[in-house]
Amino acid sequence: MIFSEIIKMAWSSLGTNKLRSALTMLGITIGVFSVISVMTAIGALQYSIENGISFLGSNIFQFGKYPANISASGDVQEKFRNRHNITYKQALHYYRLMRDEAREICLKCFGHDIKAQAVYNGVKTTPSLLIVGTNRSFLTANAYTLGYGRNLNDEDVELSRRVIVVGKIIEKRLFPHETPIGKVVRVSGHTYTIVGVLAEKGTAFGQSQDDLCIMPITRFFEDYGEAKRTVNIATQAFTQDTYNRTFDRAIGAMRIARGLRPDQPNDFEVYSNDSLKSAFVNVAGYVRVGAFVISLIALVAAGIGIMNIMLVSVTERTKEIGVRKSIGARSRDILRQFLTEAVFISEAGGVLGIILGIVAGDLLAMWLKVDLIFPYGWAIAGLLVCSAVGIGFGLYPAYRAANLDPIEALRYE
Amino acid sequence: METRNSIRPPGPVVIDIENITKEYVMGEEVVRALRGVSLQIRRNEYLAIMGPSGSGKSTLMNMLGCLDTPTSGRYEFNGKNVAEMDDDELAAVRNREIGFVFQTFNLLPRSTSLRNVELPLIYAGINPDRRVERAAQVLADVGLGDRIHHKPNELSGGQRQRVAIARALVNGPSIILADEPTGNLDSKTGEEIMELVENLYQHGNTIILVTHERDIAAHARRTVHLRDGLIEMDHVGFIPELDLPVAR
Repeated sequence: MIFSEIIKMAWSSLGTNKLRSALTMLGITIGVFSVISVMTAIGALQYSIENGISFLGSNIFQFGKYPANISASGDVQEKFRNRHNITYKQALHYYRLMRDEAREICLKCFGHDIKAQAVYNGVKTTPSLLIVGTNRSFLTANAYTLGYGRNLNDEDVELSRRVIVVGKIIEKRLFPHETPIGKVVRVSGHTYTIVGVLAEKGTAFGQSQDDLCIMPITRFFEDYGEAKRTVNIATQAFTQDTYNRTFDRAIGAMRIARGLRPDQPNDFEVYSNDSLKSAFVNVAGYVRVGAFVISLIALVAAGIGIMNIMLVSVTERTKEIGVRKSIGARSRDILRQFLTEAVFISEAGGVLGIILGIVAGDLLAMWLKVDLIFPYGWAIAGLLVCSAVGIGFGLYPAYRAANLDPIEALRYE
Repeated sequence: METRNSIRPPGPVVIDIENITKEYVMGEEVVRALRGVSLQIRRNEYLAIMGPSGSGKSTLMNMLGCLDTPTSGRYEFNGKNVAEMDDDELAAVRNREIGFVFQTFNLLPRSTSLRNVELPLIYAGINPDRRVERAAQVLADVGLGDRIHHKPNELSGGQRQRVAIARALVNGPSIILADEPTGNLDSKTGEEIMELVENLYQHGNTIILVTHERDIAAHARRTVHLRDGLIEMDHVGFIPELDLPVAR
C-alpha cells in the first residue's frame, strides 16, 4: 500500500473527529511547548552570556562576602550568614598590600538597602537609584565608561568630598536641557555636586544599569553608615599573562587583611567573569533538567491520552476494520493506518508546540534584551520524541486493530 | 423473468471443497458448524446457498470468502490450497478473487462512492490515476455515474447496494459473494438489485448468493440447501415444490 494513501486515510479519519483529535494533540503541544520555550530562553541567555555580556571588566577578579550564586540551598547560606563583613579597614589593608601588584583596585560598597531618590529644582527621579560608594577604579571594574565630566579621583576619596558621578537615566530625568556638571542635587537628604556622567550601558536581564550614582566610598560611609556593610574588592591584573600570579598574591593579601591563621579556610569568596558565567551555566543546567523532566512527564501523560483515544477509535471503527479486511486489507495495512493516525496527532501537536515554544522563548529573550536563537537541536529532538510517543503509545491500539478477527469485526454493531 | 431459464455454460472449477469441517470452541462446548461439506463451483455459475439459521450457512460463506479457514478438509480456490494460506495470502485472495456484497452494504460512511469503490484498488496497490478511472467506470456500469461524489448517507438503500456491488466488482474477482443482498431493501428495490446481479451473471460473472428467502434464491441456477452443517440437497434450478420451508 502506498504511503501517501495511508496519510490520506489518517487525515480523513482524524478530520471526522476534529475536536477529539485537537484535544489529544493539545496534550502533546503542551509537553513540547514547555520544554522548547524554556530551552529557547535559556539557550538565548546562555549564548549572550558566553559571547557578549561581561559581568566584570577584563582580567578582573573580585572578593566578596557572599558567592555569586546566592540561589544556593538553605544550609549553604547558613555558612555565609555567620561570616564577618569585609570592613573598609580590611579592604584598605588589602589595598595597601596589593597596590603595586595590580593595575586597578576597586573598593566598592553597594547601598542596595537605600531607596535613593535624586532631587534637583523640584524634579525627582524614581526612588530606586542605586548608590555606590567606591573609588576611581569603579568604571574599569564594572565595565562602565565615562560619558563626560570627570571620574572620581583619589583626592575625592581621601577628603570624602561631596561629589557624585551619575548614570544616564538621572541625567536625562533631571537635566534634560542643561549640563549637570557642577550642579548640586539632593540624594536621600544629602547634597552632592555632580562632577561626571556615565555613558549609557543599557539593560542586563531586564534591569537598567544606568540608574545609579557613584560617590567616594568615604563619603558613602559618612552619610549612610559603615556598620553592617561589606566591601567588595575588584582587582585588575596588569595583563592576561600576570593574571594568575596576581590572583594568587591577592588571595594571600586578602587572608592577611582578614587576619586568618594558616590553618583557617578562606572566609571570603572570589569570583571572576569565568566563575560568574559558570555559576549561571550551573543554574541554567538545573533549569534545563527541570524543564526536561516536567515535559517528559507531560509527554507521557499526553501519550496515554493518545493511546486512550486510539483505543476508543479502534472500538468505534471495528466494523470499518472488518470491511477493510474483507476487501483485502492485510493486518499490516490496518496496523500502519492506525499507527499513522497516532503519529500524526503526536507530530502535529509537536510541531505546534515547537513553534509556540520558540516564539515564547524568543519573546522572553527579547524582553531580557539578548539575541534570539532558533534551537535546531531541540526542535529536531522534539520531533523525534513526538514520533516516539506516537509510535510508542499508538502501537498497542494499532496492534489490537490489526489483529481483529474479520468475521467478528464485520458482525460488530 | 425470461432470463431465468437461460443457463450459461459453466467454465472450469473455481471453488473445490472436499469434506470440510469447522469447529468452534464456545466456552466448554465444541460447536461443529460444518460437519463435512463437499462442493464444486465452476466459473460463471449462479448459485444460491440456502438454509435456516444455525445450518452452517454463514460459516460456509466465511469459508468460501476466505475470511476463515476450515478445521479439516480440502479447499482449493483456482487450484490453490486455501486451507494452508497465511493471513496475508488470504487477504490477497479476498482482495483480487472475491467480491463481497453484504446485507448492510458496509460502506465507509464518511467516504464518497468513488472512494469506497477505490478502496480494494488501493489495497491492491494500483496507482491513483488508473484507480480513479477504473472505479468511476465500474460505478457508471452499475448505473451510478452521476453519484460518484456522494457519500453513503446521501444515497438511497438501492444506490448504496449498487456502490457495494461496484466495490465488489472493481478488482475483477473470480466470484461475487452476496450475503442477503436484498435483506435491507424493500421488495421493489430488491428486485432491481437482483436484476443487476442477473446482468452480472449474463456478463460472465460467477455469483454465490447466501439467503434464506426463497424468492431471492429463485434467481439462481443452482441451489444448495444446508442443514445442521451438512449439504442436504444440491440441485440445478429452483424447484419450489422440493424446497423446504425455512425459518426466518
